[in-house]
Amino acid sequence: MQRIGVFVCHCGTNIAGTVDVKRVVEAVKKEPGVVYAEDYQYMCSEAGQQKIADAVKNEHLTGIVICSCSPRMHEGTFRKAAEKAGLNPYLVEIANIREQCSWIHKDMEEGTEKAVILARAAIAKVMLNAPLQPGESRVVKRALVIGGGIAGIQTALDIADAGYEVDIVEKTPSIGGRMSQLDKTFPTLDCSSCILTPKMGEVNAHEKINIYTYSEVEKVSGFVGDFSVDIRKKARYVDMDKCTGCGLCQEKCPSRKTPNEFNRGLNTRPAIYTPFAQAVPNVPVIDTEACIKFKTGKCGVCSKVCAAGAIDYTQKDEIITREYGAIVVATGFDTINLDKFDEYYYNQSKDVITALELERLMNAAGPTGGNVVRLSNGEHPKNIVFIQCVGSRDVTCRGKSYCSKICCMYTAKQAMLLKDHYPDVDVHVFYIDVRTPGKNFDEFYRRAVEEYDVDYIKGQVGKVSEAENGRLLVQGVDLIDNRQIKMEADLVVLATAIEPNKDVRKIATMLTASIDNNNFLTEAHPKLRPVESPTAGIFLSGVCQGPKDIPETVAQAGAAAIKVVGLLAKDKLVTNPCTAQSNPLFCNGCSACEKVCPYGAISYEEQQVMDGGVRENRRVAVVNSALCQGCGACTVACPSGAMDLKGFSNRQILAEVDAICR
Amino acid sequence: MQEELIRRAKELLGDGTVVRVMGWRKGDLSFNPEPALFETEESLAEFVYDGFCGANLSKYMIKLSKLEGKTLVFLKPCDTYSFNQLVKEHRVDREKAYIIGVGCDGSLDVDAMKEKGAKGIQEITEDGDTVTVRAIYGDKTFDREDVILERCRACKGGAHMVYDELASNADEEKPARDGRFSLVEKIEVMDPKERFAFWQNELSRCIRCNACRNVCPACSCIKCVFDNDRYDTAQKANADTFEEQMFHIIRAFHVAGRCTDCGECSRVCPEHIPLHLLNRKFIKDINTFYGDYQAGADTDSRAPLTNFTTEDVEPSIVQERG
Ligand SMILES: Cc1cc2nc3c(=O)[nH]c(=O)nc-3n(C[C@H](O)[C@H](O)[C@H](O)COP(=O)(O)OP(=O)(O)OC[C@H]3O[C@@H](n4cnc5c(N)ncnc54)[C@H](O)[C@@H]3O)c2cc1C
Ligand code: SF4
Ligand code: SF4
Ligand code: SF4
Ligand code: SF4
Ligand code: SF4
Repeated sequence: MQRIGVFVCHCGTNIAGTVDVKRVVEAVKKEPGVVYAEDYQYMCSEAGQQKIADAVKNEHLTGIVICSCSPRMHEGTFRKAAEKAGLNPYLVEIANIREQCSWIHKDMEEGTEKAVILARAAIAKVMLNAPLQPGESRVVKRALVIGGGIAGIQTALDIADAGYEVDIVEKTPSIGGRMSQLDKTFPTLDCSSCILTPKMGEVNAHEKINIYTYSEVEKVSGFVGDFSVDIRKKARYVDMDKCTGCGLCQEKCPSRKTPNEFNRGLNTRPAIYTPFAQAVPNVPVIDTEACIKFKTGKCGVCSKVCAAGAIDYTQKDEIITREYGAIVVATGFDTINLDKFDEYYYNQSKDVITALELERLMNAAGPTGGNVVRLSNGEHPKNIVFIQCVGSRDVTCRGKSYCSKICCMYTAKQAMLLKDHYPDVDVHVFYIDVRTPGKNFDEFYRRAVEEYDVDYIKGQVGKVSEAENGRLLVQGVDLIDNRQIKMEADLVVLATAIEPNKDVRKIATMLTASIDNNNFLTEAHPKLRPVESPTAGIFLSGVCQGPKDIPETVAQAGAAAIKVVGLLAKDKLVTNPCTAQSNPLFCNGCSACEKVCPYGAISYEEQQVMDGGVRENRRVAVVNSALCQGCGACTVACPSGAMDLKGFSNRQILAEVDAICR
Repeated sequence: MQEELIRRAKELLGDGTVVRVMGWRKGDLSFNPEPALFETEESLAEFVYDGFCGANLSKYMIKLSKLEGKTLVFLKPCDTYSFNQLVKEHRVDREKAYIIGVGCDGSLDVDAMKEKGAKGIQEITEDGDTVTVRAIYGDKTFDREDVILERCRACKGGAHMVYDELASNADEEKPARDGRFSLVEKIEVMDPKERFAFWQNELSRCIRCNACRNVCPACSCIKCVFDNDRYDTAQKANADTFEEQMFHIIRAFHVAGRCTDCGECSRVCPEHIPLHLLNRKFIKDINTFYGDYQAGADTDSRAPLTNFTTEDVEPSIVQERG
């Protein structure tokens, strides 16, 4: 005989405000198997948990249903409470009458009815629960960081300083990310390279850190504590051990027409190149699409001039398989494509540039040696117009609904720097709002307005076109003075919206980590677990999680690191006993389940099966419970119902559905 | 043709290549031959092959490939897809089958002849493109095209996907026919209420004889969930009309991505329910969402529904399309 106890939580007024908890108690008392029911203000409190313990003892309960918040919140709490009282923790079921009921209903009548139904379903399920015992799994004491921008660099350093090994996988030939492209950084205006380069050097020299540049993650299997990752190390065609970084090859390479990615295509680079002078590692790569040797078989200049004999045209991509306990995603961002924003004349005029391009123009190591010029004619611009929110806070489908967060600040920065360098220029900024929350941020912006006399115009630009004299014509509105503005400009700078790096979808799929509508990785909890993905063992660092400036990125990178360290410090992880199991009597051996299992937990065995008095050899599915994560994909793929998940069996689910439909 | 097949069967039995033959045998009427197993050369006297041999023999190979020795099996072009699918699902052993691919001009549909006025049918003879019916209430002659099964109007073509040898009437070049999804499209354009009424009307005639499931090469489970008392599903489908209809929906989901569109389910349904249209809707959707895929065209590709790639369509798009 089952003896079920039901506990209905008020959650203060969170639940009790919309659900008549007393009525729920009365209703569940009538359910078969229920011998005890009560309500209490906060079931998760010490006193609430004590009530559970008392009832288990006094009423000899065989199963418990808690009607409360989401199991994500307190399932663990209540399982522990049951265990302390001597009941197997897996005999506890939660009916979520908060997120799924009181929070989404306004009407007490409806809310109460639904709460009773949810409770009934949980009771029907718990009647079929079986006691389960969790197992243990190992923790590989090494972390993987995907992306070598400032986020990845900082996370890797912090993990490594705590004594654990870290590998960084960076797609491009050098670590550094966007920060290496910036000139000076707000709010203190220190030079970006001056603060980044030492960190890059530190990562490079750290004995616990291993960097794979020009590499990408190709395949991920396993689970928290025990991932196995295939990394594709693309052929550089330059031997990393032999190359001294002298740069002669880059100087002599006759193919010099490829747009320079690092300079956002503002100039060109040779076929053999390092993206920038302080690159880490300082070893070039050959771009085979541009290389004459690869295209025609002739040339070979680099190989001839390389004194170290480092050039190797026969190098092949290499696949490296490594195990990790934790994975950090730090894949950063890019600016959006402006093809759909023709009104700003970006594709038509060389003198309309993005803010990131301006960073390159202002940078002493940039394509113009730090001279800000009009790219159309090389002249110094006299009148410069900045346009804010290009594609940000844009609810039409061509832009992004969110605020890119960094643009207001970098525009103030760029405006002031320009005025510093060229006191004769006029700078105008068209903005929707100026958003500068952050330590010393508003002061920074005020300085641009008050000390530097930057002309901030509240209003949007409707059109940029070419004026007859070859300058640009900017047409906009001034919302404060309520007037149309037409002005000629020499340079227009677009504060282009940022978006997560395109690759992140592929990465998220491989990691089974979730992303939101904008392709930002989602957190396990937006407030309480901001650096963890909902997928165990996956952590988030930097702009891949949401727009951030450098100080925020670095803070978050450190937070992700400590979460990783907390995981790697454990010797064993407790595994979920809710794993799948196939019944050999009903298994067809069809492989449907094996194909959908994301963890490779299913294999096949020839087994002798006794079915209806007949002995037969059959191919049957076997689940490796150490690998199974209890995702349930296999049980859905299995046509015959042979595959079943402990704790969420087909019978239990059907019993719930039946209880709801009753 | 029939004589040629009998001769080859005898030869293969005689030289020990195979130990039994899976084919069709005369029924009590001239238009209902049935699947049959022949174990001796003499018994092959009963063997038939004509336009009424629509029955797909591949599913029999599940049992037969568990026996000692090879079995000779005759497969029409469309049957070879089912055979491959079963190989892919590890249900039949390719090595245990000797396959003769036979040609097919479209399977005949006796019900279509009855609908067109043939009453009291005694004998039916085929001659190229014409079919002659001798009947008590007047003989009739039909164009073959007018009396073939609906599934044959959506023929996937004459090529055999797998075989050891081909009979002389096999026409590997015969092209697939167009308009496979035209009936599905008709149902798709109905508004949801109309569509629901359409299926309710069709499915309400079901008498749960299970013929569709039993004939279906994809429904080859050792123990079908609808027969399994362990999961509380067995009695479910019988409980009321709603759940009875669920039987068909669930079955359609179970065979989704595995159904080769052989059309056997609709052929055998005594209530003439166009079951294959449910499955064809799935096939059409799979094709549009994941690129063209034909179950059973090979034995090793990964079926879109049990595969996962980063190019997979987003759920929101599936939802939008309805
Ligand atoms: C114009 C402009 C000016 C700015 N100015 C300032 C400023 O003055 N002050 C300030 O605080 N902030 C500024 N920022 C913001 C700053 O750039 C970001 O906060 C910072 O770069 C975020 O670092 P990250 O590591 O998260 O991303 P990123 O810098 O984008 O680094 C991500 C790295 O991951 C790599 N990667 C991507 N995908 C993969 C993959 N699949 N596999 C392997 N590696 C991959 C990329 O190649 C890159 O190296 C500015 C931004 C812009 C656009
Ligand atoms: S529940 Fe099934 S599909 Fe999921 S991990 Fe376990 S065996 Fe694999
Ligand atoms: S899907 Fe089901 S029937 Fe097929 S192999 Fe897996 S457990 Fe067996
Ligand atoms: S569902 Fe019908 S058409 Fe599909 S394989 Fe089964 S019998 Fe053939
Ligand atoms: S209905 Fe489903 S469980 Fe039953 S035989 Fe068909 S595929 Fe198997
Ligand atoms: S063959 Fe027809 S009547 Fe029989 S179960 Fe299938 S659909 Fe129903």
